[in-house]
Amino acid sequence: MSRKIMIEPVTRIEGHAKISIYVDDDGQVERAFFHVNEFRGFEKFCEGRMFYEMPWITPRICGICPVSHHLAAAKTADGIAGVAPTRTANLLRELMHMGQIIQSHALHFFELAGPDLILGFDASPAVRNVAGLIQQQPELALKGVGLRRYGQEIIRTLGEKKVHPRFAVVGGVNAALTPAGRDAILAGIDQSLADAKLGVNLARSWLEEHGDYATHFASFPCGYMGMVQDDGALELFEGKIRLTDCNGRELVRFAGAQYLDHVGEHVEPWSYLKFPYYLPFGWPDGSYRVGPLARLNVASHISTPLANEEHKRWKALNGGKPVEGTLYYHYARMIEVIYALERVQQLLDDPDILSNDIVVNSNEVTGHAVGAIEAPRGTLFHDYHTDGDGKLTRVNFIIATGHNNWAMNKAVEEVAKGYVDGNHLTEGMLNRVEAAIRAYDPCLSCSTHAVGQMPLAVSLLGPGGQELDYRVRG
Amino acid sequence: MAKPKIATDWLGGCAGCHMSLLDIDERLVALLDKVELTSSPITDLKVPPASGVDVGILEGAVNNDEHVHTAKRMRERCRVLVALGDCAVFGGIVNMRNYFPISESLRRAYVANESTVDGVIPGSEDIMRPIAARAVDKVVKVDVYLPGCPPTAEQILYVLSELVEGRIPKIVGEELKYE
Repeated sequence: MSRKIMIEPVTRIEGHAKISIYVDDDGQVERAFFHVNEFRGFEKFCEGRMFYEMPWITPRICGICPVSHHLAAAKTADGIAGVAPTRTANLLRELMHMGQIIQSHALHFFELAGPDLILGFDASPAVRNVAGLIQQQPELALKGVGLRRYGQEIIRTLGEKKVHPRFAVVGGVNAALTPAGRDAILAGIDQSLADAKLGVNLARSWLEEHGDYATHFASFPCGYMGMVQDDGALELFEGKIRLTDCNGRELVRFAGAQYLDHVGEHVEPWSYLKFPYYLPFGWPDGSYRVGPLARLNVASHISTPLANEEHKRWKALNGGKPVEGTLYYHYARMIEVIYALERVQQLLDDPDILSNDIVVNSNEVTGHAVGAIEAPRGTLFHDYHTDGDGKLTRVNFIIATGHNNWAMNKAVEEVAKGYVDGNHLTEGMLNRVEAAIRAYDPCLSCSTHAVGQMPLAVSLLGPGGQELDYRVRG
Repeated sequence: MAKPKIATDWLGGCAGCHMSLLDIDERLVALLDKVELTSSPITDLKVPPASGVDVGILEGAVNNDEHVHTAKRMRERCRVLVALGDCAVFGGIVNMRNYFPISESLRRAYVANESTVDGVIPGSEDIMRPIAARAVDKVVKVDVYLPGCPPTAEQILYVLSELVEGRIPKIVGEELKYE
């Protein structure tokens, strides 16, 4: 009989996510569980609302990347109304989206995960955060803060607010970009590019310096999903979704509207976060990853020059095959910031960007539509059904972080294998389990709620429930 | 004199109020000169120090059994409690779920759902139980209400600056906004 030891947080008092690790007779890790703890119920309570309200309601799923929901909802609402936005409206929506990619990735790299890399995994928890970074390396911290602010300012310029802007409407957007607004954004682009390059270099050199560690830390094969342009280039705003196997071979490429043919969701009783997977392969063999690492694995190249140069380095990391190490998410994230900044420049240089032709009207209700977008954390689907008046009858979401649920569990398991030795816990384990999850930049607000909150206390329990070890942080 | 201590936490919400807090941007440096940020979702310290903090800040509505506990603990450990944002102030968008029985919402999300295969309603002992959503002051006494979805960085900075100086901020006129 296999003896099992369970590691679980002692308290229920803290953290919307927590971890249990099961260990066998020999002290070897068998399985790990990453529990997501909270449920809000958007899919139900949106029923009965009008479809055109969704660009205002759904951003409240997540305040970290609200623009993703704002735009996915607007795209879905376009489909319900049977309209295609004008070219200018699409340019402006993408511009706002690039603002979000910049702010969300900069936030994560410099303010949330960065302190782990820059100050060290084993730095005191009292300083290993954005406040500590500001105090220890103010110049670098302020560059990160400035990069995020630049993205937030793009969002505010278009939608009046940095968080939960009001901009996209059915068939387009509600305001044209003014020449003054365009010039203000253009004025900041060089500094932002310089700061983003600093981030890319920081991430790349950290990975080079810790090469062996980074290659093996929470590294595992799986499928990858991400949006691409027709020629296979990285795409974040509008395109088909490509899913590859663990060797990078394309399994399928589909339009967002076909998502139900390819993606299923598994449920475990121990988490409110569902587990999407590729339907033909079944659960859990069809598990895949999304987000920056997956997108750079899936894309054949990048359509902008600076980001593409860096992407060539990315492709060389594993000889053209997908990069598997979880910590490489940080590098991928900063490459995407370069791409987003280059796209900002391209979009602002477009002669149509200042046009007043920003919305198309409709008096039609088609009754069903799906909208997809690459949120900072991965592929996002909104799916609405309405009655003949446009009142919502059925709403379904598959949220970016959800696709990585299997991977986060797997990452915890891989890390735990290296740091649990059967009978006691180490501080190193706590730090690294957190770092593994944090690399996915999980936004558990989306679909549930719990960004970044990690276990406070972990206890190691023997088969009879006796406490073998106990660690507390904070 | 020791710096005033601040602790923050989020309950059922979207994290947008904390994002707005971070939108204070480079003014964070001056703020951190004046205050000590202890536990917060953006730091590694998870629980307000037992010795207490001067200002406690809660974002989000109370919508599961754990939130009740978190709110009470924050109340016990802080001198002044701030309800940050519409969800904390009056329940906000989270309250919309109260129009439906929780069991129906769970069924829709995890069982009767077009993308879900062989669904079950999560309910192991490891995870929290949802309850009807409510404002923070339905559970503990709140001293300062800062509405907005989210409140702007300027509003948050004003409230913190006043509290640090030992004054209770007054949010009036154009600064008093709901969404």
